[in-house]
Amino acid sequence: MSTETILNKGTTQNGIVFPSKVMLDLSNLKKVYPTPKGDYVVLENLNLQIMKEEFVTIIGHSGCGKTTMLSMIAGLNPISGGNIAVLGNPVKGPGPDRGVIFQSPSLMPWMTALENVLLGVNQVFPHATKAQRKDIAKYYLHKVGLDGAFDKKAIELSQGMQQRVGIARAFAIKPKVLLLDEPFGMLDSLTRGELQDILIEIWNKEKITAVMITHDVDEAIFLADRVVMMTSGPSAKIGDILDIEFERPRTRKSVLEHDDYYTYRKHLIDFLEH
Amino acid sequence: MEQDITLNKEGQGLAFLKPLVAKFTPKFQKGDLVPWLKKSGITLLSILLFLGLWHMGSKALYNIEANYKIEKALTEQGQVAADAERDCIASGESSCQPNTLPSPTQVWASLQTLIADHKVINADKAAFNQKMAATNAKLVAKGKNAIVYTGRASFVDIVLTSIKTVFAGFLLALLIAVPIGVVIGLSPSLRSAFNWFIQIFKPVSPVVWYLLVFMIVKTLYIGDSSDNAFVISFISVGLCAMWATLVNTAMGVSSVDKDYINVAKVLKLGTFQKIFKVILPSSLPLIFTGLRITLSVAWMVLIAIELLAQSQGLGLFVWEEFQNGANDSNAKIIVAMFVIGIIGFLLDRIMLSVQNMVSFNKNEGV
Repeated sequence: MSTETILNKGTTQNGIVFPSKVMLDLSNLKKVYPTPKGDYVVLENLNLQIMKEEFVTIIGHSGCGKTTMLSMIAGLNPISGGNIAVLGNPVKGPGPDRGVIFQSPSLMPWMTALENVLLGVNQVFPHATKAQRKDIAKYYLHKVGLDGAFDKKAIELSQGMQQRVGIARAFAIKPKVLLLDEPFGMLDSLTRGELQDILIEIWNKEKITAVMITHDVDEAIFLADRVVMMTSGPSAKIGDILDIEFERPRTRKSVLEHDDYYTYRKHLIDFLEH
Repeated sequence: MEQDITLNKEGQGLAFLKPLVAKFTPKFQKGDLVPWLKKSGITLLSILLFLGLWHMGSKALYNIEANYKIEKALTEQGQVAADAERDCIASGESSCQPNTLPSPTQVWASLQTLIADHKVINADKAAFNQKMAATNAKLVAKGKNAIVYTGRASFVDIVLTSIKTVFAGFLLALLIAVPIGVVIGLSPSLRSAFNWFIQIFKPVSPVVWYLLVFMIVKTLYIGDSSDNAFVISFISVGLCAMWATLVNTAMGVSSVDKDYINVAKVLKLGTFQKIFKVILPSSLPLIFTGLRITLSVAWMVLIAIELLAQSQGLGLFVWEEFQNGANDSNAKIIVAMFVIGIIGFLLDRIMLSVQNMVSFNKNEGV
């Protein structure tokens, strides 16, 4: 048994099974887009293991294949080579065990905030009663601070509020892995800060393994346990990984005042400017 | 952005009724009066201008026709006949009136005639029904069909027949085009399979559709003496008008925002839920745009089809009046023209309101 398999499937010692700590395992991941001029390799030899209850942010230049990688994990984009496994099970297509928060809120504009969250909840908890499902949806909408807006049509909400619904929808389906594709990229910096706080607050409670793409160095440090830096494409792979060792729960203030903050920041910026 | 939407919707749908509604609401404020007067003043002015031009135009045509008649009498029968003709025209005698574009007053008078006629026919009908009530009751008791009034249809009945036909046709178009549109929208291979069919049949003229439907319905009605004009005309109207809905539905369904589809995929919605919760609601605006076009096309082709099918509607009315050539026939045709126009306008506005109700701003959500 190779070390990798042990990590994936868990270890056995004296007859007791120790479950693996790896939630998400990407091995030798490859993505190729065929073009008339020959194959265009977006990602190659990408290896990454993400542990349970870990929050990983991925940072890299535009077009390096971050989003491609995330949508392959989500199962929305087919894999050209290598493997993606969630708890040792290879990914075959999309599913609610991997919740996605998209860059645009992607709410159904004709539905209310509650209906949008319920759309997922109904799917994941088919045996719960209607009232129970409603309670779940309402709980998460409450968590993202949308108490008064349950019955507002998604279209009537501001971008920030819509993305709050997006967060509620993703958490409400209790995924194993949460995939966030630059969820705050389209928001102004004030709203972005608010939503980061909300996200981290829910996350502290639910501890769902999260992979988040971001362009924002500060956001990457504030949210993550590890920041994964990707090299520029084509044939992008992981360039460097930075462990963020701030205690949780964190506050923005405590993070900004921490001595290591600027060391981390400098590390990331050095990598990106290199 | 919000501002834009409301501004956009202003003047659409039934919003044109707003000034009218506002006029009768007690909340009407002093400040609103000036813009309202200005708006309706301009409309009123344009109507007056239109009527004036029409009046002058019809008068000019009348003079040309009158002069021609007098000239003709002069060359063919001499001075005496020409004078007689001139006197006859001046006296307003109906037998020698020039037959040309009627003036607004003549059209108005014809409208009054048609309404009066409607009242007379209604009274006839009521009298008939009263007279036959006892007999009919016996007939029905014996299990036979009651005797119904089969006299001349009044103008209002004719209009109602036309509206009934157009709605039946519209409903048929909806029932055919929306489901097929959804199915071919969902499947690219079916779409390409159906494409030639749509491209070939879409431009076919209403007259040909009528003939096609006639061929089929005639055969199906063999041995049945009942009047199939209504059936033929509504089916033809439906077939003519359904294409816009078919194409729009297919387009709406096939071009659903990719984000919504991704959400449906991530949540693993079943096919049924995906169609009814995501795809159909998101393509509703386009479907309704199609339905609106379908309704206006249906109303437009209706006249020609009723004429061909001899269905007791406005189309036949117009044609019969034209063939009739009576003194006020032209005026009646113009009355029918306005009725057709106004009903078409109202139908379109109703559809537009429905369309606004179901649509959402697509850009806002993304």
